[in-house]
Amino acid sequence: MFKKKECVAMLLAGGQGSRLYALTTKTAKPAVQFGGKYRIIDFPLSNCINSGIDTVGVLTQYQPLVLNEYIGNGQPWDLDRVWGGVTVLPPYQGQKSADWYKGTANAIYQNLKFINRYDTDHVIILSGDHIYKMDYAKMLAYHKEKNADCTIAVIDVPIEEASRFGLMSAHEDGTIYKFTEKPKNPDSTKASMGIYIFRRDKLEQYLVADEADETSSNDFGKNIIPNMLADGQRMFAYSFEGYWKDVGTISSLWEANMDLLGSQPTLRIGGDDWRIYSRHSARGPQFVGCEAEIDNCYVTEGCEIYGKIKNCVLGANVKVEAGAYVEDSVIMSNTVISAGADVRYSIIDSGVCVGENACVGASRESAKGVTVIGEDVKIQNGEIIADGAMISDTNI
Amino acid sequence: MTVAGLIFANIHDDTIPELTRTRTMASVPFGARYRLIDFMLSNMVNSGITKVGVITSNNYESLLDHLGTGKDWDLARRSGGIKILPPHITSFDNTAAGRSSSRLEAIIGAANFILRCNEEHLVMADCDVICNIDLSKVMREHEKSGADITFVTKTMDMTDTVSAEKITVIQADGEGRVTDFSEQKSFSGMTRVYTNIMVIKRSYLVNIMNNSMAHGYTRFLHDILSRDVSRADYRIYEYDGFYASINSMATYFSCSMQLLEPAVRESLFGDKNYPVLTKVRNSAPTRYLEGAEVKNSVIADGCTIEGVVENSILFRGVHVCRGAVVKNAVLFQDAYVCPGASLNCVVADKNVTVKDGRTLSGHETMPFYIGKSITV
Repeated sequence: MFKKKECVAMLLAGGQGSRLYALTTKTAKPAVQFGGKYRIIDFPLSNCINSGIDTVGVLTQYQPLVLNEYIGNGQPWDLDRVWGGVTVLPPYQGQKSADWYKGTANAIYQNLKFINRYDTDHVIILSGDHIYKMDYAKMLAYHKEKNADCTIAVIDVPIEEASRFGLMSAHEDGTIYKFTEKPKNPDSTKASMGIYIFRRDKLEQYLVADEADETSSNDFGKNIIPNMLADGQRMFAYSFEGYWKDVGTISSLWEANMDLLGSQPTLRIGGDDWRIYSRHSARGPQFVGCEAEIDNCYVTEGCEIYGKIKNCVLGANVKVEAGAYVEDSVIMSNTVISAGADVRYSIIDSGVCVGENACVGASRESAKGVTVIGEDVKIQNGEIIADGAMISDTNI
Repeated sequence: MTVAGLIFANIHDDTIPELTRTRTMASVPFGARYRLIDFMLSNMVNSGITKVGVITSNNYESLLDHLGTGKDWDLARRSGGIKILPPHITSFDNTAAGRSSSRLEAIIGAANFILRCNEEHLVMADCDVICNIDLSKVMREHEKSGADITFVTKTMDMTDTVSAEKITVIQADGEGRVTDFSEQKSFSGMTRVYTNIMVIKRSYLVNIMNNSMAHGYTRFLHDILSRDVSRADYRIYEYDGFYASINSMATYFSCSMQLLEPAVRESLFGDKNYPVLTKVRNSAPTRYLEGAEVKNSVIADGCTIEGVVENSILFRGVHVCRGAVVKNAVLFQDAYVCPGASLNCVVADKNVTVKDGRTLSGHETMPFYIGKSITV
């Protein structure tokens, strides 16, 4: 038996995140660790429950093991509900066919049955690769107030960066009249955040039509939104103000982590007003040794710090041994930085061991780019990893 | 062999009246992110016990809040799980009558739980025992020997130790049979101390309860164990890991400071198969800002540190402002230390604020205690 829900969330979490290279060889992008104790998917999941949306379908496809385990029954996010809660929706074998998710729209199309059983009025589509705190309830209220068929959340971006986004042009009342995907010469600064609220009947209508169109690439941005716009459906832009970052690239992931640092951080996670929940994996409290020096860092439980760290974000159970130096870096859970090692301007994934006196990356001023070490890689004692290198388990 | 657990949550409350004024001994904060009961509860869960009764007597709101449904210990279960056993007070009693004041009364108060268990044995333990013990080893020894009770003991060098409270010492023969019990306050040399953890045959415990009710016994050690020691089959199990029991503010403080020793942390938190579980509070990680100078300290999540912290234990959400100096201190949840304040040998309860320029100092044998929500 299913209770009626006003709004059901569908969270697209199947993407490979190929631009994160070594970080996503074993894990789907939404399960990539962020900010010490979190994973990217904690943000949309926490936003859902904080916004009063307690029914979430998570669409998985690429390397789902870690993600599935992490979501589990949804308990850390209070999404272990009797009615609703979180449901992981992988591609499946149907009576007539068995398909992978061909695109974002197709993934939702294949799960219309899940949406319909809650007899829902609206569907919110979210993606699992953004870091932001947002009250979807306000957006839903706006969507209903405008009696919209589709509402798209937009955020103002600098004009020089605008060509990386899908851009909306809207009238003063919020009505969207133009949508262009990553234009060379941007004429708007309202970037789509990849968050859509649809009236369920309209969504179903357009998904069914899209599925019938064999030339379609089954994508919301490329097909569904332009089609609805062309048909003159009621489409509105909902302006969001606040922190929002697409962490789909190494540099943006690094930047978003660094946004947590400083006495007036750009991104603040603590506080009771909009809590971000996560599944806990620490082994004990954090310990800071006698010789340790910690300058402007974000450190979570289970860490043991005996060396020097500066401008770093450390995940659970990270150990920095005496004499090690880590600067401008993101270190994910269960990684060991051995004595005498020197790590600069790097992202190091979980379970890595950086050997004694090894050298990873170069200082931020001189480096070609962020150095990335993938999950479970062992860096030998004294080994030198050049700045900007991407090392993963498979090519070592 | 089937085993259920039983934890005494209000035991020894009177030994640290400061910390137990508003809470049970079980819910006394310890080790930056734990409450005392977490250690015994985790020991039981890690050893495969899935049914645990927690005997409470008074002040147990904080304990209920901490334990919730038991899901953080994987004890939210259809069958078994955690059972809070509040004092048995009937509508027509005066309210004090149902509260237990001794261990035996507490056991009798939990008669329903004990009688309805299907398990053959019970692990009974106090909430104020800090150790990480694999109880399944004790249970195996207990089953192999067929003992009525197996007492977990710890032999320690207690030369020149003077305890504020009586400590139970167990004598045993070469085969591990208990020969005598004694209660002592002063010690010399190696001493075999009872850890207040035992595995007991449930049928034997039911007998004890029946006898006690019939004869009006009230004291477990004196009226039961000491009398029965020659007749019943009592054995010891010697535990060799880190063990501490908290029985005064001084021992609370010294136990806390022992967490700064690597070997102690390794013994308590080192093995991933025996994690110490606690209520998850979803604090963000701790921020170490410019000006932070932190040495030799155990720190929970959710803190903001801009000042000097040395040899200290900081619980969740503690804020040490720039220019503040915190040394040899135990600061509970949400303490706020303003610029220029200086703390030494201090135990600050929840939500304490120490204002600008205040200097507070205790001594390691008598730490300065600041009560809950007090502004200094």
